[in-house]
Amino acid sequence: MADHGKGRPPRVGDNKVFRRVLLTVVLLLVALMIVAPLVVIAVEAFSRGIGYFAKSIADPDTRHAILLTVVTALIAVPFNTAFGVAAAWAITKHDFPGKRLLTVVIEIPFSVSPIVAGVSYLFVYGLQGLFGHALQAADIKILFALPGIVLASMFVTGPFVARELIPLMQAQGRDLEEAATSLGASGWRTFFSVTLPNIKWALLYGVVLCNSRVMGEFGAVSVVSGNIRGQTNTLPLHIELLYHDYNAAGAFAAASILACLAIVTLVAKVALERRGAGRVQRPSALAGADSITPEVKP
Amino acid sequence: MKIRLENVVKEFQTFRAVHGVSLDIESGELVALLGPSGSGKTTILRMVAGLEYADGGAIYFGEENATDIPVRERGVGFVFQHYALFPHMTVGENIAFGMKVSKVKRTPREIAARVTELLDLVQLGGLKDRFPGQISGGQRQRVALARALAVDPRVLLLDEPFGALDANVRRDLRRWLRKIHDELGITTLFVTHDQEEALDLADRVVILNKGKIVQEGTPEAVCRNPADAFVMNFLGDANRLDADIRGGKAYVDDIAFEADGVADGSGQILFRPADVTWREDGQGISAKIVRVIDRPDSRRVLAMTGSGQAVEFDTAPEFPHRKGEAGFIDIRRPRVYASA
Amino acid sequence: MRRRVLPGLPLALGITLVYVGIIVVLPLAALVFKAASLGPEDYWRIVSSDRALASYRVTLLCALAATAFNLVFGLSLAWVLVRYRFPGRRLVDALVDLPFALPTAVAGIALTTLFATNGWFGGPLSHLGIKVAYTPLGIIVAMSFTSIPFIVRTVQPVLEELDPALEEAGQTLGASDLSIFASVMLPLLAPALLAGVSLSFARSLGEFGAIIFIAGNQPFSTEITALLAFIRLEEYDYPASAAIASVMLLTAFVMLALTNLMQARALRYTVKG
Repeated sequence: MADHGKGRPPRVGDNKVFRRVLLTVVLLLVALMIVAPLVVIAVEAFSRGIGYFAKSIADPDTRHAILLTVVTALIAVPFNTAFGVAAAWAITKHDFPGKRLLTVVIEIPFSVSPIVAGVSYLFVYGLQGLFGHALQAADIKILFALPGIVLASMFVTGPFVARELIPLMQAQGRDLEEAATSLGASGWRTFFSVTLPNIKWALLYGVVLCNSRVMGEFGAVSVVSGNIRGQTNTLPLHIELLYHDYNAAGAFAAASILACLAIVTLVAKVALERRGAGRVQRPSALAGADSITPEVKP
Repeated sequence: MKIRLENVVKEFQTFRAVHGVSLDIESGELVALLGPSGSGKTTILRMVAGLEYADGGAIYFGEENATDIPVRERGVGFVFQHYALFPHMTVGENIAFGMKVSKVKRTPREIAARVTELLDLVQLGGLKDRFPGQISGGQRQRVALARALAVDPRVLLLDEPFGALDANVRRDLRRWLRKIHDELGITTLFVTHDQEEALDLADRVVILNKGKIVQEGTPEAVCRNPADAFVMNFLGDANRLDADIRGGKAYVDDIAFEADGVADGSGQILFRPADVTWREDGQGISAKIVRVIDRPDSRRVLAMTGSGQAVEFDTAPEFPHRKGEAGFIDIRRPRVYASA
Repeated sequence: MRRRVLPGLPLALGITLVYVGIIVVLPLAALVFKAASLGPEDYWRIVSSDRALASYRVTLLCALAATAFNLVFGLSLAWVLVRYRFPGRRLVDALVDLPFALPTAVAGIALTTLFATNGWFGGPLSHLGIKVAYTPLGIIVAMSFTSIPFIVRTVQPVLEELDPALEEAGQTLGASDLSIFASVMLPLLAPALLAGVSLSFARSLGEFGAIIFIAGNQPFSTEITALLAFIRLEEYDYPASAAIASVMLLTAFVMLALTNLMQARALRYTVKG
């Protein structure tokens, strides 16, 4: 803004000394707590030279872990996206009893520890669980196999897409969809030609975050996967295995792949935020914060 | 407290700049800064408050040069456009805030007594424990005024004080503010873009355009004698007819008007819609009625002059003429200005 | 209720309910069912065992410490990002989300390497007699790292939207910077801070991946509750695992409820009366 120049008296906290000290301390902490871990990954990954790095990545177990992680994401993310869109459509474009409860339930996975999630899945599909014996009888393997990993990932990332879409679609209201319907468009047509173009960046934003979390999930997957090297080890689990094998360089080589994914995610996030995604305030996180100066009729 | 602005300058990359404004406000006077948006009126008010630093010139409070006095020590009461009431504090706490943070120590009892006194002054006795979000816009406005008055300011400054209110609430509050001002006798400067508000309330009106004062004077002076076409237009509805000015006369369709002291060349005649008489024959500019619009207390007539210029004027509801009829426009109190 | 105009409710709601049912509700219900099948005495014995109590203490205290640190650091970081202009501000703004984007296992081994006694930070710190890795301090570091973004991202938008006229009003009334911050700005940031704090605290209580590498995982001193649930599982002591996990689940729900209550209280001035 043009009027924030020198011609304006100092705002709260603009005192020169205070400003300099605060800025220094904060940036130092950012460097120590956020940047340093990133740097140490890169340094450690190449600590035994680029040849060892390449060898670590090309190791069959590592390659299998990468493949498993990608496959998991390829299944879990589309399911999650479909769910997120459906939930947002139901919640923002319709009224039905129990809507508030549903909104709360959708957000539950964010408050629950991934370990709790993993343990819970054991008691559904494990031998001690609800369906354990039935599944064993039918010779269907869910736990310690791909389906279990996918299910646990879906739990952990459940709310990602929905929570990006719901506030946005709430803010956009129903006028456009009602107009399209009144002009004779079908439900699908309305969604694809009217709703989707207005939410595409937020949708993509949710998908990016969801994907990043699926590929990086550790706690929940570590409970349900069984940690079988070269079979049910996703990349994060493989990193743990290498690290505990005292193969730090190998672990960091594998970790550097996920760190790159994290950086790509951050770049995508910034790019999408420039297009307006992720900017709508979340009712759950900021309940009422937007009503600090409420409108009241006299 | 007398306020004096000496050639005050404020530069912005955008609009809202102020280009050398000088102004004297007498102690106890109620002055309106009137102008369209972007004319620099709010910037002037904020500079007087110390919320904006002047790039040049000086501001005096009495004999003291206040230009570099920080806002907190300047001792002004400022009522913000949207009131800026602290939403998490009750009405009473809002009013008490300035006294609590003041260097002048007051006992809680003194503060409470003053809050009650101010609430009575602004007629909000029962609302002390309400939050700003729980009262109406007009009530918030009065709380904001009480809060500003609580610190015994040397000067009261109001930024578009009635801008956010309904028309009828606005009129009531206007009269009420005038009453409070007369009771307290505090030097008051307020900003508005509503000419009716300025004329209704102020002792003196300062009209601004593009960061400069174009005219200042009593409401009567600016109404009866607008300095230029901008002021004439800004103060109310005006018709404008292009004219040729030759030797102290302005000609429209060969009808001559007095134009003493206006330079020869192209010019314009401005007049209010109420200052027109329709004549069926004789004197005036020939014109044809295009449309007649009915209003509760009058009839507005749209006409076209012989040379194709549009004119609107007000008549009594009994005005008998209809669309298509020809006649003559007789103008009272025309004002002639050279083209800018 | 308004008449339904838009199509697609049965399908959308159907998908939503099936997904939520299978993915979220069913497993949590199975966990509760399993824990409940223990019977009150056994359940109580497990969840109040010395080792479990020690794990709650470590987890709670470390989460409190990490959240307290993040409250100050997060608020400062949000303040710096919103109120100051400096080179690299956008980069710092983007980096704030790194702890969310970086998988917890990766963060875990990176932090451990940094803070081990032969690490970049651990070395100098050990000369000062401070051990971080394999101590509760390490748990606090890991918890702080993973929950940094919560407070920053909840406070930042509110700070951005804070009406500058409120500060100016404080100034014209003669208030100092400190009193404007303390009596005007902080109370208005409080609901967002509270939201951030509770998210940050909840995340710290449940965090697993980043912690187990750096914690040392010694029972009674550096064993967090999530790990204890995991260990009981590896020992095939499923009921114990269920019981401990159910305590964590209950804590999460209590946190959710408390947060909503506190938020409502912090925002009581917006209630129309």
